[in-house]
Amino acid sequence: MSDTLLLIAPLMIPFLGAASALLLRSRPAAATAIGLIAAALTAAVSTALLLRIFQSGPPAMSVFGGWPHGFGVSFSATLPGAALVFITGLVALAAAIYALGDIGPRRRRAGYDALMLAMIGAVNGAFLTEDLFNLYVWFELALLSALGLLTLDRRAAQIDGAIRYAAFAMLAATFILLGVGMVYGLTGTLHIGAAASALAKAPPSFASATAAALLLGGLMLKSGLVPFHLWLPASYHTAPITVAAVFAGLLTKMGFFALLIVLGGVFGIGSGGVGAAQLVPLLGAFAAATMLICVTGALAQTDMRRMLAYHVIAQVGYMMAALALATRDGLAAAVFYMIHSIVVQANLFFGAGLIRRACGSWDLTRTGGVVRKEPLLALLLAVPILSLAGIPPFSGFWAKLIVIRESFSAGMAWLGAVAILAGLLTIISMANFWSDACWRQARTPMRRVPRSGLAAMALLSITTLMIGVAPQWLLSIARMSARMIGDAS
Amino acid sequence: MTVLYALVGAAIVGCAIFMILSRNLVRMLLGLSLLATGANLLLFIAGRIRTDQAPIIKEGAKVLEDAADPVVQALILTAIVIGFALTIIMGVLVLRAWRTQATVDARKLESAEAMGAARARDGADE
Repeated sequence: MSDTLLLIAPLMIPFLGAASALLLRSRPAAATAIGLIAAALTAAVSTALLLRIFQSGPPAMSVFGGWPHGFGVSFSATLPGAALVFITGLVALAAAIYALGDIGPRRRRAGYDALMLAMIGAVNGAFLTEDLFNLYVWFELALLSALGLLTLDRRAAQIDGAIRYAAFAMLAATFILLGVGMVYGLTGTLHIGAAASALAKAPPSFASATAAALLLGGLMLKSGLVPFHLWLPASYHTAPITVAAVFAGLLTKMGFFALLIVLGGVFGIGSGGVGAAQLVPLLGAFAAATMLICVTGALAQTDMRRMLAYHVIAQVGYMMAALALATRDGLAAAVFYMIHSIVVQANLFFGAGLIRRACGSWDLTRTGGVVRKEPLLALLLAVPILSLAGIPPFSGFWAKLIVIRESFSAGMAWLGAVAILAGLLTIISMANFWSDACWRQARTPMRRVPRSGLAAMALLSITTLMIGVAPQWLLSIARMSARMIGDAS
Repeated sequence: MTVLYALVGAAIVGCAIFMILSRNLVRMLLGLSLLATGANLLLFIAGRIRTDQAPIIKEGAKVLEDAADPVVQALILTAIVIGFALTIIMGVLVLRAWRTQATVDARKLESAEAMGAARARDGADE
């Protein structure tokens, strides 16, 4: 019983919090407290869930409604889901702390706390579910709350960005739904493991290829991979910065997680599955195009939020490159990259928000002086910047190293070469960011940044540093995750 | 029957995608709504069209005889509700765009693009 409670707690706490925050949203102080407490509790139970998996091997599993296994919607805390729930809890907590200095009473009255908690709950649901249709429902729920968060200020630019976001995301969700329906038609089950073993026995068919292609298209749209990337830099920069940070950290990674579970788990790519074998050569091309096009896009931007939005997708390109290798080690590399990237992306957006607070502009041509006036911010920002650039010993170095090494050893040297080239361009982009925002003389009188923002960044920067100094534990989680994804088939 | 049904579903999805590609936001909204309908039809065939028997075990029988697949019907019901909710949200966004900017032409809604457009790096202080 306690296992079941622990398993659904990362969903129940945010949703209960969202319901109470919705009722109390006319009292911003109460809503703030609920948002903070619910985020802290979610972080605590997700840590407990991860520890529970390490202490007593067999993962917790629960089927709702008392149905026999395979009939009802079942939840289970396997890896990488549980590790991602842990990181989600961490990002949710950091965002709740950061929001203290960024989200004012007006935005809280508009429902910030309820929407944010609902989105965290939906993301956790997607990471824990074992049912393909349920996964689709979590995507839709995350989309609904994301649209609410995006249009919190109801400015024209936000409505504009939200229309683009909603159109692409609804299209993607329908394709995911069609793919899920075809998988059900093929296998007669929606359970990820059962569908995988049913597909593993059958030879690849026209129907399995179509199902895989529909799911690939829909989930690539959700994760922002080229050629479906344009919605992301057209909408993320209009959101309040706390919201943009959580989007950047979690939403594209949620899409990629589903891609990993569907292609790696259901269709067995990387574990000898043949159901979607004809799609594998395409994946490398998508990954390479994403890395190069989006890093180039980032170099062309001077607005911090738009530059970082391009980096969000460029990083998903690296994860896709790892998946495209179609090896067990490639899956592990993708999981490692995903976990590292969630923390770093959210932290970079937090940093951009504080630079805006200090310098009064989002534009890198108007910023400067952070090193002299706000040395603590510069120090905390240096961690995600160096990590994204892939400088040792930060987490991004290990993540890139594993992906590039695996691509050379899997015989896809060209993909490794593209990853190195995109990595060099990332270093240039991050060097620009650092020198324009931090090193250069201040252009305008600087303002103080809120302490809560620095505390949130410290939480994430310390996590990045811990991954960087001791990558071994995350690597072992990633290897276990790859095994569990593969064992589904 | 199944082939005809599949073709009808595919035709609806095709029309929907054509409408989504329109620059007129109202047409795009209708297209998204139509797409959800097409997807629901195709979901229905995924459960096979076999019989119109309800999936209820007969009095005294131990096992279910040939019956319609209840799972896809549950899926479609859920998908209809979700599709409806999303269409409403999209409708609200389009209405808001119409009220504030008096246009439903996607080309003329460019405030998000204008926000944070790239500026030249002047390097005046280097």
